Amino acid sequence: MGTQKSKASPPAGGRADTKQKLPERFRDYRHVWVFLELERGQVHPVSFELLGEGRRLADQLGVQLAGVILGPPGDSTQHAVSEAFAYDADLVYLVEKPLLTDYRNEPFTKALTDLVNNYKPEILLLGATTLGRDLAGSVATTLLTGLTADCTGLDVDADGSLAATRPTFGGSLLCTIYTLNCRPQMATVRPRVMRMPQRSNKPIGRVIRHDLRMLEDEIVTKVVDFLSDGQSENANLAYADVVVAGGLGLGAVENLQLLKNLAQTIGGDYGCSRPLVQKGWLAADRQIGQTGKTIRPRLYIAAGISGAVQHRVGVEGADLIVAINTDPNAPIFDFANVGVVADAISFLPALTDVFIKRLAPRNPMRLLN
Amino acid sequence: MTNMRSELKRLMHIVVCIKQVPDSAQIRVHPVTNTIMRQGVPTIINPYDLFALEEALKVRDYHGGEVTVLTMGPPMAEDALRKALTYGADRAVLLTDRHFAGSDTLATSFALSQAIAQIGKSFGTPDIVFTGKQTIDGDTAQVGPGIAKRLNLVQLTYVAKIASIDFSARKITVERRSEGGTQVLESKLPCLITMLEGTAAIRRGSLEDALRAARSEIVKWNAAEAGIEDMTKCGLRGSPTVVKRVFAPTPRAEKAAQIDTTEKTVRDVADELVTSIFTHQPALEHELSSSRSA
Repeated sequence: MGTQKSKASPPAGGRADTKQKLPERFRDYRHVWVFLELERGQVHPVSFELLGEGRRLADQLGVQLAGVILGPPGDSTQHAVSEAFAYDADLVYLVEKPLLTDYRNEPFTKALTDLVNNYKPEILLLGATTLGRDLAGSVATTLLTGLTADCTGLDVDADGSLAATRPTFGGSLLCTIYTLNCRPQMATVRPRVMRMPQRSNKPIGRVIRHDLRMLEDEIVTKVVDFLSDGQSENANLAYADVVVAGGLGLGAVENLQLLKNLAQTIGGDYGCSRPLVQKGWLAADRQIGQTGKTIRPRLYIAAGISGAVQHRVGVEGADLIVAINTDPNAPIFDFANVGVVADAISFLPALTDVFIKRLAPRNPMRLLN
Repeated sequence: MTNMRSELKRLMHIVVCIKQVPDSAQIRVHPVTNTIMRQGVPTIINPYDLFALEEALKVRDYHGGEVTVLTMGPPMAEDALRKALTYGADRAVLLTDRHFAGSDTLATSFALSQAIAQIGKSFGTPDIVFTGKQTIDGDTAQVGPGIAKRLNLVQLTYVAKIASIDFSARKITVERRSEGGTQVLESKLPCLITMLEGTAAIRRGSLEDALRAARSEIVKWNAAEAGIEDMTKCGLRGSPTVVKRVFAPTPRAEKAAQIDTTEKTVRDVADELVTSIFTHQPALEHELSSSRSA
């Protein structure tokens, strides 16, 4: 089943209508790199999603896939190295330094820039997280190369250039962007936009260690505390298996409760379309869509959401999309799998009731009778 | 080492970078040609930038000093600057030149950083440069970091709160949103801050500010006046990225299967929908049941 990704037909060569060739000094830039985001001991899942994507690009180009890991000496960094191979990296570039314990722009920018200048990758991918976007912008500016943010599709064209597709104009159209005359070609991708690849038991392979010549005294910014979200309710929307979301069709802020009731009943998380955040009904980290979170749940229920492209690109990785909307011509019915023309305000409570009844734990006594 | 000679007397100078953007709620795409219909679309200050401006004004109100707003854009971007003055900004600079057309994030951050350096020479070196988290038309969040790198400013992105500023000691403490939590960072001025949304209520400008804004002279610089000598770093020529194609998403072959609602109770329709969901996803019924009983 699954919905179609809004993907371009195979891109024509990025150089098709230019006579320029890649400048001589960039000719020896080869291989695909994925930056593995290690924050507070954990590898962010977006890094594995990018290794999956990087594998595909590297195979198309006939080059190697490398993971890049910057972290403190210790188990969590070693674990990240083994995970990079488990997600099919051919080699790993590793910088291990105590001053890379917490993410800070200065040492991470220097470490990654040094690696690029020494080992010269043609493509460098990072997650479009708060860390990845902070780092990618600095690194691209230092290297004076092109960076395409928040891509929804990556491909290699006939010339071997990276064709990076992303929504544009507030998400109403898509565009394909090339970095033709600089290297590396950099791109960021939001969590959950790419499919999580299969993990294997591939053993640790070639690890290239690189030094970072920087002292703690040279770093202006100090991390003095970290306030964890912990078990905060909004931590996992992007990775939830079941998501229900509401839009302007909910009519009034009180009706968000109907959404929360349904989410709780089916053990899912809840979110909303952009207008509700703009109205201040829900916090920005509940927003689903291009400028909010991208989700890939097994079941997505959209209630009173019209389905603008900017919302669509954030949800079309869902296995099953159910849309409830009063307008039979709402664009959401163009990409949902199942639709109901109904008023979300009266329909949500009924749907919640049916789920309660159908999902009632089986009474073992009844089975005996 | 801080420069004691000037720091003790100098007032704080804050630069806020804003962008005039089309009001995205009003953008329409031509149904046949799939191009953006720009005519008649009203423009606004990028909503994220308002939080940067608000924070800058709050810092100025508390510590004293001046706020300069800066934008790069066509001559009509003057409207956005005038609007910013009505909120209480002290000075507005418009960077406008045909050479900037087609700038990507790298070329934009180059032009803005040059203009900020020129603002420094003309009106005093900035202690803090603010930008919004990102724009609503580009959504890249890259221009802020680009400016910081080019001006060699400390980069503090996704700032949720400025906890404290000790101006004489050149120290700043901020709360920075990161994955799974908030970092409390201690750093130094001068710095560049990209401000998160929702961090403060946006003030209403006073009548006095509105009158002042209407009368104010906007500083207008072309590339040369902003101190830019190398035009190859500007606009299309200075942009390593090239947009090759703009297109509409491919429509899905089939539309959603509609549950017939005619002459049925809401409850019956809901029942039919749940059946349909479990037909599509048979494993889900079992999993949801067990998660419910757990």
